[in-house]
Amino acid sequence: MDSAGLVWVLISSALVLFMTPGLAFFYGGMDRRRNVLNMLLMNFYCILAVPVLWMVLGYSLAQVPFDNDFIGSFDSFLLSDITAAGDGGTLATIAFLGMFAAITPALISGAVAGRMKFSAWAIFVPLWLFIVYVPVFKWVYGGWLGQRGSLDFAGGTAIHVNAGIAALAAVLVLGKRRVDPAPPHSMPLVMIGTGILWFGWFGFNAGSALAANGQAAQAFMNTFLAGAAAGLAWILVEWMRDGRPSNLGAASGIVAGLVAITPAAGYVSGGAPLAIGAIAGAVCCYAVRLKTKLGYDDALDVVGVHFVGGLVGSLLIGFFANPSFFEGSFSEGIFYGGSADLLIEQALANGVAIVWSFVLTWVIMKVLAATVGVRAEEQAELTGLDLALHSETAYHD
Amino acid sequence: MKLITAIIKPFKLDEVKDALKAANVTGITVTEVRGFGRQGGHVETYRGAEYKVDFIPKVRLELVVDDAVADQVVEVIVKSAGTGKIGDGKVWITEVSRVIRIRTGEEGRDAI
Repeated sequence: MDSAGLVWVLISSALVLFMTPGLAFFYGGMDRRRNVLNMLLMNFYCILAVPVLWMVLGYSLAQVPFDNDFIGSFDSFLLSDITAAGDGGTLATIAFLGMFAAITPALISGAVAGRMKFSAWAIFVPLWLFIVYVPVFKWVYGGWLGQRGSLDFAGGTAIHVNAGIAALAAVLVLGKRRVDPAPPHSMPLVMIGTGILWFGWFGFNAGSALAANGQAAQAFMNTFLAGAAAGLAWILVEWMRDGRPSNLGAASGIVAGLVAITPAAGYVSGGAPLAIGAIAGAVCCYAVRLKTKLGYDDALDVVGVHFVGGLVGSLLIGFFANPSFFEGSFSEGIFYGGSADLLIEQALANGVAIVWSFVLTWVIMKVLAATVGVRAEEQAELTGLDLALHSETAYHD
Repeated sequence: MKLITAIIKPFKLDEVKDALKAANVTGITVTEVRGFGRQGGHVETYRGAEYKVDFIPKVRLELVVDDAVADQVVEVIVKSAGTGKIGDGKVWITEVSRVIRIRTGEEGRDAI
């Protein structure tokens, strides 16, 4: 890795770290006042536990060696085979990828909001990291799914589809909230979170080039174009369908677009990010209603935004991938003269991730439910998790 | 002495306060409350889901006044808090048996 690349990857790592607190506020503002601290801690916990686990064993199992089909090894346990000799690229990459590993389980917190025991969450995160995240990550990056030619630049499949479908499995086991859903307690917090997420996403997407080059620059462009197009699409749909545009709509649209462009960021060009963003924004604006139709309590719409947005973006790569723009060796999408092969590989990769993640997340939750219990006590849920689980109140005088 | 309690629209508070000061009222207590009467609530929409919000934010004023001025103070409140639109609020008067100034221990008229 050249020195410009090293600088960019280190900065991107910090940007991605910042996204977990951003997510915490994004979700925290949407939840009730009485649960906001619980939501914040579920997210902050991920940047406490996962970096440790990633450094000790996660990275080793996920990427060492890169070419293993199904799982890595113990070679880099405690990163013992890595030094600071050389250009520092490996160390920077490990740190960078560790930030992704941290935010992925955090995404699930939005679905289980308001009724999950913190002790159960504390155990869920490490289990999910090793049983679900690490294998899927390995398969997509260097493993059998990536080898087949499917594309996932920054983690549409490995992160958003993965966590999104896991969120569905988790809420099916956890059950619905006993307290009725309420309007967001602090939309200003949600907007702060959205801004932080977008800012950090430049590191998430453009940093995934792992280099300071044209692909990184285009990924950067794609990141702001898709977020903007999706935010516009969402509020336009909202304006026409519900009568007025809203902050929550703009925020949700932006995030949906950023999720959708995540797998495609280094593979699409020109107007494609606008199309991908607009489609994701419009589709997700309707997808968030699925929970009402199908009866699952995805409290803060993780499935509707991250699962659906990630899947939409990942499949659209099959149409929009443009290797000649990047002088890349990946396959063309259908709109650029390619066959349906790439689209099929995208579908397969996502299908595999969906099945693995859904089934194993469900199993993890069932095991937790049968042992430590996953559901907070009824009184805790009614009076608020902040006081019941953390002895804290968010807003004093 | 009389306790005058008024529920008014929050944005009318400054106007009512100024009118009461002009009428030589010496002190008021203000609380933020929620409630509804005939006005009813409203609907908020978040991500396409509707939430019925029954309670409307209001402000409660409380003031202890001498019997002689009670009716006049009520007049002042009604005039300054009214907009003619639904939800203007209500004023009511209750009897106060004792009132004490904490700092000095004075009672009755000397405590107002």
